[in-house]
Amino acid sequence: MIRTEELLLNVGPQHPSTHGVFRIIVKLDGEIITEATPVMGYLHRGTEKLAENLNFTQIIPYTDRMDYVSAMTNNYVLVHAVEKMMGLEVPERAEFLRLIVMELQRVASHMVWWGTYLLDIGALSPFLYAFSDRERILQLFNELCGARLTYNYMRVGGVKWDAPEGWIDRVKQFVRDMKTKLLEYDDLASGNEILLSRIKGVGTYDAQTAIDYGLSGANLRSTGVKWDLRKNEPYSLYSRFEFDVPVGKNGDCYDRYLVRMEEMRQSLRILEQALEQFPEGGETMGKVPRVIRPPVGEIYVRIESPRGEIGCYIVSKGKAEPFRLKFRRPSFVNLQILPKLLVGESMTNLVTILGGIDIVLGEVDC
Amino acid sequence: MQKFWNDPVTWGHAGLYLLGAIAVLAVVIVFVTYAIYFERKVIGWMQYRRGPNRTGPLGLLQTVADVAKLLMKEDTIPAKADKALFILAPVLAFVPSFLVLAIIPYGLNLQFADLNVGFLYYVALSGITTIAIVLGGWSSNNKYALLGGMRSAAQMISYEVPLVMSVVGIAMMTESLNLREIVIYQEGWFWHWNFLPQIVGFAVFVVAAISELNRTPFDLPEAESELVAGYHVEYSGFRFAFFMLTEYIYVYAIACLATILFLGGWNAPAPQLDFIPGLVWFALKFACIVFFLFWIRATLPRLRIDQLMGLAWKVLLPLAILNIFLTAVGIEWWGKGGG
Repeated sequence: MIRTEELLLNVGPQHPSTHGVFRIIVKLDGEIITEATPVMGYLHRGTEKLAENLNFTQIIPYTDRMDYVSAMTNNYVLVHAVEKMMGLEVPERAEFLRLIVMELQRVASHMVWWGTYLLDIGALSPFLYAFSDRERILQLFNELCGARLTYNYMRVGGVKWDAPEGWIDRVKQFVRDMKTKLLEYDDLASGNEILLSRIKGVGTYDAQTAIDYGLSGANLRSTGVKWDLRKNEPYSLYSRFEFDVPVGKNGDCYDRYLVRMEEMRQSLRILEQALEQFPEGGETMGKVPRVIRPPVGEIYVRIESPRGEIGCYIVSKGKAEPFRLKFRRPSFVNLQILPKLLVGESMTNLVTILGGIDIVLGEVDC
Repeated sequence: MQKFWNDPVTWGHAGLYLLGAIAVLAVVIVFVTYAIYFERKVIGWMQYRRGPNRTGPLGLLQTVADVAKLLMKEDTIPAKADKALFILAPVLAFVPSFLVLAIIPYGLNLQFADLNVGFLYYVALSGITTIAIVLGGWSSNNKYALLGGMRSAAQMISYEVPLVMSVVGIAMMTESLNLREIVIYQEGWFWHWNFLPQIVGFAVFVVAAISELNRTPFDLPEAESELVAGYHVEYSGFRFAFFMLTEYIYVYAIACLATILFLGGWNAPAPQLDFIPGLVWFALKFACIVFFLFWIRATLPRLRIDQLMGLAWKVLLPLAILNIFLTAVGIEWWGKGGG
């Protein structure tokens, strides 16, 4: 009789496919996972605690560094919460700019996901195609606010910078190009037999499980639940535009893939409409008191980030600093289902499932 | 060169043979150096990049610099590793890869050893490399390396079967396993080449060969996104270089083998083109296959281990057997040449 034992394998925090400093300890029986324990916190910076000693404008750069692949939506959730608390009016031009950058950001974020996901599955080229196209979005952001990753663009009551000359036209051009690019992406990867066999039926869960675990974003929609805050609780100007909420059916990695691909297309649709209706002139900053002091009370707002529902909870004592600030980070919440999904899967599927959840470690650890 | 075998061994012969071996080694090393460069360039172009272009003119010295770097690196052996096996593994991987080159006929009279069982010799020796890879994974005493080594063993053993079976059709048609005779059999127009009558065999051979080479989409033993680097994760410096060298020599060997078995070796596609030396034709066909291997790498994702095994046993093997059957029927009905 051969003596066999389970193999305890430590994956990460330095591992090419954990998308950052994520660590997971897996027990392997052969190549089959019998138990998985995620270890988080390698990128914890105490954002929420730090925020208690900062005024609201100073917190905005910290939100950039949470989900660094999608900084614009993070900016928005904070300023949106403060504005709602103080009942501030945001000029239309500023709101348009915010919406345009948020949708561009969603496309950019999904492109990072698409590239890295296929890289996880072993295809090298999509990664570079996605990044070279994302580069154009970063270039647009760079023209707008002088930064490529951590933008610090939005302010309570508006945005910091107005769109430079010709910027809107360049975005229009980008949206046109990106539409054909997406078709190319589909041609290259979406129908690939190997890709299908790798992600179809992998990491499946049903709608009830997804809701029980508090999943949101594409992770929830892949199970068929039509829940998108842009539609269900319209914020910003989303109620003005026409777009669909793509949903999946089976709740596997393949449906998550399709949902995200379709979301990019829908974002471009929103962008097209927003760019058409973009107001000619107007202010980019509303009337905001010199020192921002939200009234005593608390508020919770949530918006749809590329990864799911991002929420911001503020308790104010009427001071310039929040008494308590709490972010609901979609990556963190979505990640909680991972140990459940991994049991019984092979080592190879670990990478597929983890990639399919689409986490950003800056947001998981915050 | 054949008559060397039959003549009595003298010092002069031994010396000539040694020189020949060194020449082949030089050719192979140059090939590996520039195959790596070519691969990086090709994949670079396919990915909107430029590839290496800094070291030397057009980046031509990039691989040389890389090898020099590997030479100068500290030679580390993990404390818990099985030292003897750890040192032995890269050598054991490299030696057979070089030995298999002895039977490759580049031209009618340009061959080291004209073995009657040439193809079997190739299969037998290349199998030893599998042992070395398992050994490397095992002796590193690293879990990732072990997983990579085990995967590699499973994969290479599985794919050797369809690889050999796919060539049986050719052996039946030519009634020989001698690589030189197989090429001579394919003389004439390009439709005399084996890849047309043996199209099923050719397809099986190419897929199985890519898998034998551990290249995308079958590069599971070193699947970077899962196993970091697979069986050679603990190797550094020149021991690592030996594994890499082995891998690329097998690319060379398999490309040669495919050229010989299926693409008519040194034969020109049309008899009118015979004035161009056979070596040029050989090199052209060889280059096409090498390019194909690199192209695949830039395009396809990776299979999962269970799917990989399924492909070998459930698809390729039945196809190869079907090919044998069809060849037999063809020979029975139309005589040799059909199929």
